[in-house]
Amino acid sequence: MIPFGSRARRHLLTTTIAAVAALAVAACGSTKNDSSSSSGSSQSSSTGASANAEAPIKKGLKVVSIPKQLGNPYEEFEHSGVQEAMKELGGSDRIQGSTDAGASSQVPIINSIVQQKPAAIVIAGNDPNAVAPALKQAAQRGIKVVAMDSDVAPDARSVFVNQVTTKLVGQNQVESIAKQIGNKGQIAILSATANATNQNAWIKVMKDTLKDPKYKDIKLVKVAYGDDDDQKSFQQMQGLIQAYPNLKGVISPTTVGVAAAARYLSKSPEKGKVKLTGLGFPNQMRKFVDDGTVDEFQLWVPKDVGYLAGQAAAALASGRITGKPGETFTAGRLGKYTIGPNSEIVLGPLTTFNKENIGKFDF
Amino acid sequence: MPAEAESVTTPAADDAAAAGRSADTTPDADAPRSREGLRAIAGRWETLLVALFIVLLPIGQAISPEFLTSDSFTTGSLDFSEIALMALPLTLVVVAAEIDLSVASVLGLSSALMATLWNGGLPLELIMPLCIVAGGLCGAFNGLLVTRLGLPSLAVTIGTLALFRGLAFVVIGDDSVTDFPAVWTDRAFGNFAGTAVPNVIVLFAVLAVLFAVLLHFTPFGRSVFAIGANEEAAFYSGLRVKRIKLTLFVLSGAVAALAGVVISLRNSTAAANVGVGFELTVVTAVLLGGVSIFGGRGTIGGVILALLLLGGIQKALLLSESISSYWIQIVTGTLLVSSVLGPNLVRRVSDARRRHSTQPTQEVSP
Repeated sequence: MIPFGSRARRHLLTTTIAAVAALAVAACGSTKNDSSSSSGSSQSSSTGASANAEAPIKKGLKVVSIPKQLGNPYEEFEHSGVQEAMKELGGSDRIQGSTDAGASSQVPIINSIVQQKPAAIVIAGNDPNAVAPALKQAAQRGIKVVAMDSDVAPDARSVFVNQVTTKLVGQNQVESIAKQIGNKGQIAILSATANATNQNAWIKVMKDTLKDPKYKDIKLVKVAYGDDDDQKSFQQMQGLIQAYPNLKGVISPTTVGVAAAARYLSKSPEKGKVKLTGLGFPNQMRKFVDDGTVDEFQLWVPKDVGYLAGQAAAALASGRITGKPGETFTAGRLGKYTIGPNSEIVLGPLTTFNKENIGKFDF
Repeated sequence: MPAEAESVTTPAADDAAAAGRSADTTPDADAPRSREGLRAIAGRWETLLVALFIVLLPIGQAISPEFLTSDSFTTGSLDFSEIALMALPLTLVVVAAEIDLSVASVLGLSSALMATLWNGGLPLELIMPLCIVAGGLCGAFNGLLVTRLGLPSLAVTIGTLALFRGLAFVVIGDDSVTDFPAVWTDRAFGNFAGTAVPNVIVLFAVLAVLFAVLLHFTPFGRSVFAIGANEEAAFYSGLRVKRIKLTLFVLSGAVAALAGVVISLRNSTAAANVGVGFELTVVTAVLLGGVSIFGGRGTIGGVILALLLLGGIQKALLLSESISSYWIQIVTGTLLVSSVLGPNLVRRVSDARRRHSTQPTQEVSP
């Protein structure tokens, strides 16, 4: 049939070499397996299950931050906060991330970090569940897991540091516009896409908040959608101004929308007359605040999200908290925090940026 | 007449088989074994890969003391398992002088399909074969465009790279499915019977043996080499070139879909955006393994060595506490280019050397 010629023999040789090499790798590690797994289990058992709020913060804590993707400026601001916290506490933080944001791209990164055995991992999850098995392995080895910004499966992390809650965004945005228009007149909302989950949740809270008697003279006349597209948002803003001559204020809870709306207003005769607030980046909105188009707008401070996550990671690794709802800890310059339901820690209400403070923020 | 060419009889076929054979071996290999055996081994691409792998071990250990551990092998091979699986059929495709760049997108489509069917209430035992069949159909689509319409596979599979990934998002959108039964996710995530070898690597080993036998020890495999070496000669010698190529694309699609099932179970997540960009690493592994991008030359063993080397390098870089993940892309890209360049250089050097050293022998031996 098929003679095993010289070529065939060499293929066999190559395959054998490959197989032997693979086995060698497996074998030279297998002795170490026992020691590393036993040290891992002793680590987790020594941590115990109960928190000691008075426990000192351990020195030299090593934390690794995993962003959704490398090279995203917003996430770099967040992680600069983790770094600030660790520096303050005498520990260290480094960033290790993937170059793409695929659902499972973070898994190889986590697997390797687990081997390095840092005290804690701070992660912004690309996919809540794809990273869960790898993060659970980390927890088994005594590594504390803090999710920040984008949560992961609750059983795969100790706490989740949330920048803000849906309720706070809706309430704070209404408070901001109400203050600017003197609690009276027509307002509109310039949103992103009609089916964006977070936008719709915020808009619902805004509508509920407006039912409060103190806002009885404010009338929401229209929700417009700019699809998070600069040009379309610009045109929608133009349309709102034309369709509602008595419009007093606009809320645009999207960074794209609020910047486009401000650009339209800055060149329009309504500049300064129609008030605008929303969720915006200080660097994008600075010139509109400087030229008087916008009095104030809001957002969370990404660096504070990271700072709080870093403080939480250190408190977990030092045994001050375990992640149980109701536990409290002090997060450095941000003050005291209580762990809420579902082991969530909420950074707090939105930060309001205006002429006085915008100079302090660079993001 | 060489034994390898026994099944074909026309002069053209003899040429094709001879081209496939001489292209597949080092130039020195035709010389007497007793004298030239060592040099033949030293001149082989696979030997270089083994040497590089041996060099990597102390470097990796210097980068991180965690490098030479069973943990590294377990997690590193698990992270690389889908790429390894897809590299097997792609080796055959490239030996036949074609390419399939759509493999990672078929993987994504398979994962998306798995999610949808699971949401539809089908049992996993039925979903898995369905996904593999769907992958085979994707491969058949590629193969038909290439063989029936005569389009270049590079262009076709760049197109389907976008097409299949797009379809994956149409099928499931931004959703992901995570509630697969633990018995299956544990199987995909776990190790084989108390060893440090993951189950999926055992699956890979079984498939590697099957593909090695198919390529190197069957008439089908010899036809693949003949097509890659000289398609026209292979056609005129009576080989069913189109049908064989179509089979290769179907295999590539089916195994990519299997990889999609594996990665979904392993990470307990089926979604449309899994494995984005994997094709780059898969192609790198195949070319680094010594498979010629021009077809007609390559071994499964070489590709396995290349997978070990690539996986080892990636693990070392991931374990480093100071090297950014960008370097994984830089190293992969550099290896891709040098693996196309390298064998060409090696061949030219040894061709030149052979002309010098074997001239007298050749005058006597015939």
